[in-house]
Amino acid sequence: MSNYVTFEIFRYDPEKDKEPYFKSYKVELRKPGMLILEGLNQVKWEQDTTLTYRRSCREGVCGSDGLNINGANMLSCVVKIEDLNSDHLTIQPLPGLPVMRDLVVDIDDFFEKFITVKPYLIRRSPTPDKEFYQSPEDRKKLDGLYECIMCACCSSACPSYWADKDYLGPNAFLRAYRYLVDSRDEGSAERLPILNDKHGVWRCHTIYNCVEACPKELNPTKAIVGIRRMLMDREV
Amino acid sequence: MALNIEYHKYDVVILGAGGAGLNAAQVASQKVKTAVISEVYPTRSHTISAQGGIGAALGNLEEDHWIWHMFDTIKGGDYLGDQDAIEILCRQAPERIIELEHLGLPFSRTPDGKIAQRPFGGHTAEFGKRPVKRACYAADRTGHAMLQTLFEKAIEQGTHFYSEFYALELLVNDGVVNGLLCYDIQNGGLHLFHAKAIIFATGGMSRIYRTNSNAHINTGDGLALALRAGFSWSDAEFTQFHPTGIYGAGNLITEAVRGEGGYLLNANGERFMERYAPTIKDLAPRDIVSRCIMKEILEGRGCGPKKDHVMLKVDHIGASAILEKLPGIHELSLVFAGVDCTKEPIPIEPTGHYQNGGIPTNCYAQVVLGSVEKGDTPVPGFFAAGEIASASVHGANRLGTNSLLDLVVFGRIAGEDAAKWAQNNNILPLKDKAGEYGLNLFQKFANASGENTFGMIYSDLINTMQNYVGVFRTEETLKKALSKLEELENKMENFRVVDKSNVYNLELIEALELNNMILVSKATTIAALNRKESRGAHSRDDFPKRDDKNFLKHTEVFLEPDLKTIRIDYRSVRLKPLTVDPFPPKERVY
Repeated sequence: MSNYVTFEIFRYDPEKDKEPYFKSYKVELRKPGMLILEGLNQVKWEQDTTLTYRRSCREGVCGSDGLNINGANMLSCVVKIEDLNSDHLTIQPLPGLPVMRDLVVDIDDFFEKFITVKPYLIRRSPTPDKEFYQSPEDRKKLDGLYECIMCACCSSACPSYWADKDYLGPNAFLRAYRYLVDSRDEGSAERLPILNDKHGVWRCHTIYNCVEACPKELNPTKAIVGIRRMLMDREV
Repeated sequence: MALNIEYHKYDVVILGAGGAGLNAAQVASQKVKTAVISEVYPTRSHTISAQGGIGAALGNLEEDHWIWHMFDTIKGGDYLGDQDAIEILCRQAPERIIELEHLGLPFSRTPDGKIAQRPFGGHTAEFGKRPVKRACYAADRTGHAMLQTLFEKAIEQGTHFYSEFYALELLVNDGVVNGLLCYDIQNGGLHLFHAKAIIFATGGMSRIYRTNSNAHINTGDGLALALRAGFSWSDAEFTQFHPTGIYGAGNLITEAVRGEGGYLLNANGERFMERYAPTIKDLAPRDIVSRCIMKEILEGRGCGPKKDHVMLKVDHIGASAILEKLPGIHELSLVFAGVDCTKEPIPIEPTGHYQNGGIPTNCYAQVVLGSVEKGDTPVPGFFAAGEIASASVHGANRLGTNSLLDLVVFGRIAGEDAAKWAQNNNILPLKDKAGEYGLNLFQKFANASGENTFGMIYSDLINTMQNYVGVFRTEETLKKALSKLEELENKMENFRVVDKSNVYNLELIEALELNNMILVSKATTIAALNRKESRGAHSRDDFPKRDDKNFLKHTEVFLEPDLKTIRIDYRSVRLKPLTVDPFPPKERVY
């Protein structure tokens, strides 16, 4: 017994299309729990070889396949078609980012913003011969922060990110905070001024779209609030 | 399609942005102008999926020594590993782990603030006496934590990144490797990278199996590039099947589940590994556990209506331990098996996971010519590290946690030595008409207007490899595979790429990858047919015993100048370590 759902997919090839359009495909549900990515592969490999999207690990850790599906950002490889409770899936590229082709968006600027916050351990004191001491409690502070997979589901769901081209966005703040709270890091003095900017953490209007969009259930808003607290403590 | 070729000049060019490529990059970039070319953005390389840990005899929780690690690695590889390289791997391990920690890798911690460690398959104390806590980990996201840390370090060091670039040809002039022809996936342009030294860090090829744990990008491109440029693929027959792939999906369930106390059950509810490996049970090496699972299934003790899988039980270690130490596994089991592993066992089956062989190198990550006559003669300016390389630290079967270690140890050596090479040597001019082969290959597929498309051939390919070149193989199954592969090879001559766009032409990239996968599948099948013994991951039903007299040697697969015919050669195993006594081959029992 098989049944079908409709994938209505955003299509755009800048070399031949004046503007984007939607194209519908019938996708056969071949097993219970079939994933959206499996549906996309079915379309590409059996119906329309020109359909273009990103994918790699197909298990929700490489962050390639963030897409907007029925209005919400998610990873196509870990969401089951049946979980959307609909026989009609509207599949679009992540919003707020320039579309390159079909479901593929330009993420160079997203990565540039990530790099801006100095996402690496900064040390001034000499390093020990052995590992740095870090208590399990201090290590626990990194949980919920280091698991980010750089899929851009959060930043591309954020109205401030859409409106302000220079806004660093929730992804960059989450990573900045991951280093700011790392007991081994000594880079706060360098990192905090970058975040203390009108395109920095103050541009967040706590809409929580990033929290809702994160496929890893991380909380960038909490990180932003944490950074704001650090900035205020520093200025007092 | 546009045929302008943009020229770039670098001291060191690294192909691949996984753990090996990025560690090489962050080291080389400190000294010379270095570029990393990758089919995906670096954080999307397959190292990201590595879960359970990275091995090093730190001894943070109990006594451990690098020489024990060395013995385990040699024995785990069924004595096919090169003992000089294995000595370097295990001796340098603690230092490399500390280095990663200093770079910021968020390792899990012991109560006294040190890097946490846990047991893993095949890792033992006192030369096989009992399991030992050697795997350093960041929950079950060790690869993720490592890849991002190394990427961030490479950014800090000013590495130049060319992301979403696909390599078409490795350029060689008079025996010296000096460039790469690449295709810019995003914009459709061709780019020639001219370099003093090239490092291959392109990862694996296990997408050729229907059930596999690999990412879409793991199509053996680096192997195909090297074979076509005249280099060899060492020990091509040894594909590792990881015992615990999620049933029906292939995604990996880390060995750390068994390291933390999980175990396997057959349909009778029997913990069957106790029967096969009485000393270390479920923590036997991967090749052995995979065979045991297949035996249980073939003898009718498999689970489910089709009796075609077994169960991995872990709920008894408690929900809080699972959520703290194995959170990723909890997530994967829910999505891919529909199972809450804090309450129920996970249905599993062996899954194509890792290429134990690779481009042959010496113990300093320099690619060697790899043949009976030339054996360990290095190729000037050419380095390889990680899954693509065969140092060989894994021999016939890799131990869990040794691949991440391989990446950082040999990635670092490759980065350092390639930078040194670049500082001491001039750039060798490009050969006349350099890149012509890659350009023709590219045009052949860009303009392909035949009948066959990716979907139909790919599905035949993965089924063929799964059914005939799997955990157990015989002359009969391998010959069947070979004739099917030759048929598919011919079908590639009548291929069609509908998409003619220069912008992100995924159909074209998949065509080029499929072409490589067929070559790689043919090579592994021919190597498997040729090795008439059972050793490590290569298990021949028709030759069930290891045969040291005839086969204690590396297979070296070459492609003849017609770029179609596979030729087999051999290279001696380097049985002499650098500073300690050799470990002579013994029977392998656990």
